[in-house]
Amino acid sequence: MTITLVFLALLMGAIVWWLLRQTVNVQPWRAELAVQDAHPAVLARPAAKLALWMFLAVATSLFALFISAYAMRLSYLDWRPLPQPRLLMVNTAILIVASLAMEWTAFAARRGDVENVRRGLVASGLLTAAFLVGQFAVWRQLGAAGYFMTTSAATAFFYLLTAVHGAHVLGGLVAWARSAARAWGGADPARLRMGVELCAIYWHFLLVVWVVLFAVLASNYLGLSICSPDVPL
Amino acid sequence: MSSHVAHDATDYAPPAEVGEMELYHPKTFIGKYIWSQDAKVIAIQYAITAIGIGLVALVLSWLMRLQLAWPNEFSFINPSNYLQFVSMHGMIMVIYLLTALFLGGFGNYLIPLMVGARDMVFPYVNMLSFWVYLFAVLLLVASFFVPGGPTGAGWTLYPPQVILEGTPGATWGIILMMLSLIVFIIGFTMGGLNYVVTVLQARARGMTMMRLPLTIWGIFMATILALLAFPALFVSAIMMLLDLLLGTSFFMPAIISRGQELDYVGGSPILFQHLFWFFGHPEVYIVALPAFGIVSDLISVHARKNIFGYRMMVWAILIIGGLSFIVWAHHMYVSGMNPYFGFFFATTTLIIAIPTAIKVYNWVLTLWRGNIHLTVPMLFAIGFIFTFVNGGLTGLFLGNVTIDLPLSDTMFVVAHFHMVMAIAPIMVVFGAIYHWYPKITGRMLNDTLGQIHFWITFVGSYAIYYPMHYLGFMGVPRRYYAIQGTSFIPESAHTLNVAITVAALVVGAAQILFLYNLVASYFRGRPAGGNPWDATTLEWQTPETPPGHGNFGKQLPVVYRWAYDYSVPDVKEDFIPQNVPPNEVAAGNWIKSTRAPA
Repeated sequence: MTITLVFLALLMGAIVWWLLRQTVNVQPWRAELAVQDAHPAVLARPAAKLALWMFLAVATSLFALFISAYAMRLSYLDWRPLPQPRLLMVNTAILIVASLAMEWTAFAARRGDVENVRRGLVASGLLTAAFLVGQFAVWRQLGAAGYFMTTSAATAFFYLLTAVHGAHVLGGLVAWARSAARAWGGADPARLRMGVELCAIYWHFLLVVWVVLFAVLASNYLGLSICSPDVPL
Repeated sequence: MSSHVAHDATDYAPPAEVGEMELYHPKTFIGKYIWSQDAKVIAIQYAITAIGIGLVALVLSWLMRLQLAWPNEFSFINPSNYLQFVSMHGMIMVIYLLTALFLGGFGNYLIPLMVGARDMVFPYVNMLSFWVYLFAVLLLVASFFVPGGPTGAGWTLYPPQVILEGTPGATWGIILMMLSLIVFIIGFTMGGLNYVVTVLQARARGMTMMRLPLTIWGIFMATILALLAFPALFVSAIMMLLDLLLGTSFFMPAIISRGQELDYVGGSPILFQHLFWFFGHPEVYIVALPAFGIVSDLISVHARKNIFGYRMMVWAILIIGGLSFIVWAHHMYVSGMNPYFGFFFATTTLIIAIPTAIKVYNWVLTLWRGNIHLTVPMLFAIGFIFTFVNGGLTGLFLGNVTIDLPLSDTMFVVAHFHMVMAIAPIMVVFGAIYHWYPKITGRMLNDTLGQIHFWITFVGSYAIYYPMHYLGFMGVPRRYYAIQGTSFIPESAHTLNVAITVAALVVGAAQILFLYNLVASYFRGRPAGGNPWDATTLEWQTPETPPGHGNFGKQLPVVYRWAYDYSVPDVKEDFIPQNVPPNEVAAGNWIKSTRAPA
């Protein structure tokens, strides 16, 4: 649970810092005639973006808990790693490029360049789909080598972690589809921009989560890992 | 700072433009009351569903008590459905009643009104949240009708027994339970994101965070806790389902069941306990923090006095929330752990007493020399202070490893957690309903019935749970179907059990009185007017009662002061609403009859 606690400590730190700013030097019992508006930056912040960040905090909590569970299970003596499919590296590279493509799309959306937004959405959508296909291929490879979900604790965690991440990617594709509908449906540029920007944030989040998961899956530095290059596929 | 203007300043600040939100306008009856996107209607839907399923849990508790008082007298209670009653009673009360009622019910109703917003920020998602919650409740109810019935593994659902043959409901029951929890969490997350973003983004002009009523602070922090803690339950539900359906071994160790070796190997039941309680302990505060917030407001309004130590109260809520994440293993002392861990968790558990005690002192200091009106909401608020302190003190016993070990799994534990997280929050629920019912319906609840309801519930709760502490000291175990033939349990314990059951039946019956009051007053109650309690917060300043669609009529309110301007010196009225500007007060123009609608 240490991993989850570190995450929570960071989050709590942020909340305390934010609350300190609200409370220091404030005397709530004093009535004031002049109404202080919130900071312009706060007023300009769209609710949807804040909601996405909140959701990402929830999702991070979820992944941190899965990884905590894995870290606890790791200390048991019967831990047997499974092979490390090379394809995982390829998939990681694909997801990185997908994330970059999303950022490029958001950049185009900020300039109001609808043509490039469409191109960017196609590219990122295809790359993301390719990532999912790649992950599925990894499952097939492992399955063919006789590593199924029930084979050992390591395989169970491998399938679980990749499946949960895959489910989040799939959810992202739903949001992607909505943005695409806006891009081709001739929606209001501001709405299109918002949709694409939210997608971009989410894609970067998925990438970061995947990199962390990949490190957890494949790195021997933490002690035993789920996938070890020493085990032949 | 130039923006700090004293009370007697007279220059006028024009209300500036506030970002208006687009509202959904329902056209049909179904659009208005069924598929409604109005937070107020959603709140009522949440509340009715939660109270409805809560009544099922109440009946389950009656059945349990009947069995404990008169073992083997009733043919419809056998050991396995007794365990099912215990499990479902706990699960329903904690999650489907209290969590849903405080956050989905009160949260939805009060957040937009108290922060001065037209509605939640994402009304559509808000509506979805309710329907997903209803689906979760239906899944839960369905588990009563599947082969084998609902799970009987206890509300903590500990593996390995939860999915092993021999435990009631070990197949369909537990599958539906897990699915229902997963669906509940998804629905809650939709609502929860809404509550947090609405508090952060949609406050009226002048409503700084430090002017929020403590009700909103409590609900806000509880929502954040829930958003971060529910994933732990989500993770354990998914891993448990995989163990059950696909045969993985996350939680299941190598085990022999009924003489047969099962396929499971190497899983860790303790891992489940860690995950479960990582959710389970914050859950206590998910229920308690809204109660803390609401009770602060009830006490302040009905004692006509500003809340003592507002900023301290806010910080205490935050600190309690933070600490609640690092105490979970105090539920696992008997599972065995490194003594240093036990020491750590006992210490953090005891530290929670500090911010909690600060809150209790502040409530009492708010009452001190206040102009206390013993209205029904106030009675319940004071009742809460008693029951909460009582349950909190026994928490100090159980938080210590050495005292917990002999008391663990006895009736003492049952008494403790019912006092602190069942009776105490439910007192606040009742107080809050008596307090806000006039705003929700436009009519007052019957006062006499309310007084009777309070006294039976309050005294009756003590009659139920006080003796349970003694039973616990004697070593009477919890969850047991029958305790006959046990030499260390004297005959008097059985007599005590009968007395407890009689009290439980009476207290339960008193709730029927309350339900009758809710229904009858809706039709025949005394008209309440806009602000029957002379309260300061924004929900009492709406032009219509009950508040119309969009809450505040043409113009959103502008907030000039905190929520606790009661009995301000040199002011004629004993309260100043949050939206009355200081110059109006200074000029002597602030008279309640000119503002509050008749």
